[in-house]
Amino acid sequence: MPMNPVAVNAILIKFKLLTFKALFHSIATLIKKDLLLEIRQQYSFYGILLYIAATVFVLFLVIDEPEGNIWNGLFWVIQLFICINAVAKSFLQESRGRMLYFYTISAPVHFVLAKLLFNSVLMLLMSLISLLLFFALLGNPVQKVLPFTGLVLLGGWSLSMVFTFLAAIAAKAQQNAAIMAILGFPIVVPQLMLLMKITTAAFNPAVPILWNDIALLVSLDLLVAILAVILFPFLWRD
Amino acid sequence: MYKTWWKILCVILLVYALVAGLLVKVPNLPILGETSRNLFYHVGMWAAMMVLFVCSLVHSIRYLRTMNLKYDIAAKNYATVGIFFGLLGYATGAIWASYTWADPNNPAFQSFSAVAREPKLIGTAVGLLIYFAYLILRDSINDLDKRARVSAVYNIFAFAMLFPTIFIVPRLLPSLHPGQEGNPALNFNDVSSQMRMVEFPAFIGWALLGVWIATLKIRINLLKEKSLLKK
Repeated sequence: MPMNPVAVNAILIKFKLLTFKALFHSIATLIKKDLLLEIRQQYSFYGILLYIAATVFVLFLVIDEPEGNIWNGLFWVIQLFICINAVAKSFLQESRGRMLYFYTISAPVHFVLAKLLFNSVLMLLMSLISLLLFFALLGNPVQKVLPFTGLVLLGGWSLSMVFTFLAAIAAKAQQNAAIMAILGFPIVVPQLMLLMKITTAAFNPAVPILWNDIALLVSLDLLVAILAVILFPFLWRD
Repeated sequence: MYKTWWKILCVILLVYALVAGLLVKVPNLPILGETSRNLFYHVGMWAAMMVLFVCSLVHSIRYLRTMNLKYDIAAKNYATVGIFFGLLGYATGAIWASYTWADPNNPAFQSFSAVAREPKLIGTAVGLLIYFAYLILRDSINDLDKRARVSAVYNIFAFAMLFPTIFIVPRLLPSLHPGQEGNPALNFNDVSSQMRMVEFPAFIGWALLGVWIATLKIRINLLKEKSLLKK
């Protein structure tokens, strides 16, 4: 029976909407699962909080009120370590059996996108907390506070994207926590250099913030997301 | 010899680069002087390193497409030979810098850290660290197929993250290295036309030499792993 092309089109559009719906639905479910785990196993969340507080407190004891560029350098190094600690567990906490279970019920792309989104939100929160602690304990040499806060959020997001994917790789190796640092540090150096360069403008009222560099950083993040979506299916099957 | 013509070409190009590189007339620039002949040898190492890393990347992609362990062995050996050429690039660069940057009258360069802050040095240091990490990652996984798969994924990811930034970050930071505007020696305004007659043959020659060494290593490894590949 020949079908009306309009009807075929309508069915196709409906189908596409359905797949989109399914995509969002499964990502939302996976994020909800991560959130539930986070709420049920609160020790890991509070562990990271304590990590941030303890590190900044040690810095506060060792140096008081550092100058702008030292403050900035310390801040980004601490962000790097927080990110490794916060994001590493995202793949390492999943046991073999549980990964096999996810393998049967969800697509790899949905899984990795859910992880990227969840870790981004987690890292944004942690960046804000560490920024507040830095302001409280190490003084405030930042001249442009609001732009700097925005840059901190962008930087935290960038770091979380890279380390989420590296955690997925490191989860496959032995001694994965050490491997993650070895794999990650060389890769984030360019991003950190860019971040340092952009944020120095926030410490000097005379220097304008460079939008080109910010665009470069955002495009690097998009590159990471695209690579994660392309490459994760290969990591996933065992 | 196996596939002879490009190996003969490699030898001819390198002999030409060695002889003409020492005889060609170079412009007498301040500070650089005759040291700019290092372009044919030092920058040639980087050219070979880049070519080898790109070969490694291509074989990693081919591995993920076919799941044939042959390509994994190729990717690994291209990476190790690339690291070797990177270290040679550092060595030749250090010799060059000792004649140009290490000026006893200039207190700014008393310490190693002042020289090491050079963006080109940072870029290649990051590149070498990434490929060392690649080798460590390979060693940390025992299962053959899993090792090949995970390290191929890391190789692609690291390359895609690193190489855009090698071309971008040096443009953002101040530098003393010759060829500041962009990539040294590939920019057409940097190099005199006579030097370019030697430069490009030398680069191709070094890259061919690197590929030759890598293919020899790959063939040895393929023979070693013959029992695994057969099945």
